[in-house]
Amino acid sequence: MTLGLINANPVVHAKKERIARPEFDLHSSTDDSVDPLDIYDFVRDIRDPEHPYSLEQLSVLSEESITVDEKLGRILITFTPTVQHCSMATVIGLCLRVKLMRCFPPHFKVDINVAPGSLADEDSVNKQLNDKERVAAALENPNLRQLVDECLQSNEL
Amino acid sequence: MENEGTVGLDCNFELKEVQKLEGHTDRVWGLAWNPVTGLAGVPSVLASCSGDKTVRIWQQAAATGSWECKAVLDETHTRTVRSCAWSPSGKMLATASFDATTAIWENVGDDFECVATLEGHENEVKSVCWNSSGSLLATCGRDKSVWIWEVQPGHEFECVSVLQGHTQDVKMVLWHPSIDLLVSVSYDNTIKIWAEDGESDDWHCVQTLGDSFSGHSSTVWAVSFNSTGDKMVTCSDDLTLKIWDTSLDLTASGSDSSGLWRHLCTLSGYHDRTIFSVHWSRDGVIASGAGDDTIRLFKEIPSDVVNGPSYNMICKKEKVHSMDVNSVQWHPKVPTILASASDDGYIKIWELKAIS
Repeated sequence: MTLGLINANPVVHAKKERIARPEFDLHSSTDDSVDPLDIYDFVRDIRDPEHPYSLEQLSVLSEESITVDEKLGRILITFTPTVQHCSMATVIGLCLRVKLMRCFPPHFKVDINVAPGSLADEDSVNKQLNDKERVAAALENPNLRQLVDECLQSNEL
Repeated sequence: MENEGTVGLDCNFELKEVQKLEGHTDRVWGLAWNPVTGLAGVPSVLASCSGDKTVRIWQQAAATGSWECKAVLDETHTRTVRSCAWSPSGKMLATASFDATTAIWENVGDDFECVATLEGHENEVKSVCWNSSGSLLATCGRDKSVWIWEVQPGHEFECVSVLQGHTQDVKMVLWHPSIDLLVSVSYDNTIKIWAEDGESDDWHCVQTLGDSFSGHSSTVWAVSFNSTGDKMVTCSDDLTLKIWDTSLDLTASGSDSSGLWRHLCTLSGYHDRTIFSVHWSRDGVIASGAGDDTIRLFKEIPSDVVNGPSYNMICKKEKVHSMDVNSVQWHPKVPTILASASDDGYIKIWELKAIS
């Protein structure tokens, strides 16, 4: 864990106004259709590992971050780390994965990538984030697990 | 030679589900059939290992033919158990774990007792394998190394070599079926062949199958030899299976292991998610299991002199599990029986049948 913040002065955006949406009850949905905006609602408030702001407020995520291919049963999330040399990118990726594992039917395959061009070691981070054995092992690390749990505990302020 | 998979589908086989084995409380990562069971009245035995930190031993009841869980090996590993392997005698089981240890269990009657713990890897151990004579054990892990251990009397295991060479996480190690040649496959996209230097008893890398050998373009997850050991198949995150063959003279004992492996064929366009497991049966059928929840079976088409062998898909079974297939393993004695393990926590036993 680095002592200094990677990005000491993040740009913080106002929270986007939320349009009231019918409550998405995963367990009662009779069909398999998944709206990307429903997924976005689950992840937008995940807290950044370094700053007391949500991933949405830091523009790490936006509505455009989520694409769903219902035919293939796939969800793709693309997120944008705040700086090019962000060592928190893998942590953010893990938070997204854990949140989705908790909220979504397991038959959906989830791919998580950083936005192209947003990170210096983009390929290597993407590879780690999508290697499920590496993800599983990382989540067995108690320190990392605790950090992820803290980021996921965020509530709407 | 590239087989792009458009050479005639010949799907007149089907996989019929025999039984679904429930018990693990987390994903099942690996399977291993006990090599001396399933023949001459000895009931088949299967080991499975899981993210629930346990290993389960399943046995087929002689009277009913149905599978039951005979033992749960728990309270030993403190993290995911990733891989398990029976010794050739069937008396010992090695289990590799994310807790950085490899445990050796002995079957005493109905019980299994942990008789040794191999330490040394710096972090997660991902695979363990016994050589054909049972005199050596190999392990590998995220610390990028491959360890070779000598099996000694009294449940002693001595590390005889720590092999560095891979530049990333090593996913699996496998001994050749007849000679002491070791293969490792890695997150660094390469396959490495290791052999002992006849003179000095030092182990070293005799070949690396990467870009220059038409190698994989992403993580290689598994490898399997055919029964004669002159071919091997690998599977990868690059969505392909690759077949390799060798000019090695496998009959000469103590042979010069510098006979090289070369790329024979690539099977692409089949699975559309990472292929996690591949296994070559005694009858020459290749089974692959992938993140698309599918099992596919391939068989070699006899070669002609000009083009060499190619491979046909003879069966595709979708939704074999509700989640990723992590392991496929053919029964060692009954070549039409296949076991599969999945992220869904279940194991399934299948029978290969010709469609009439």
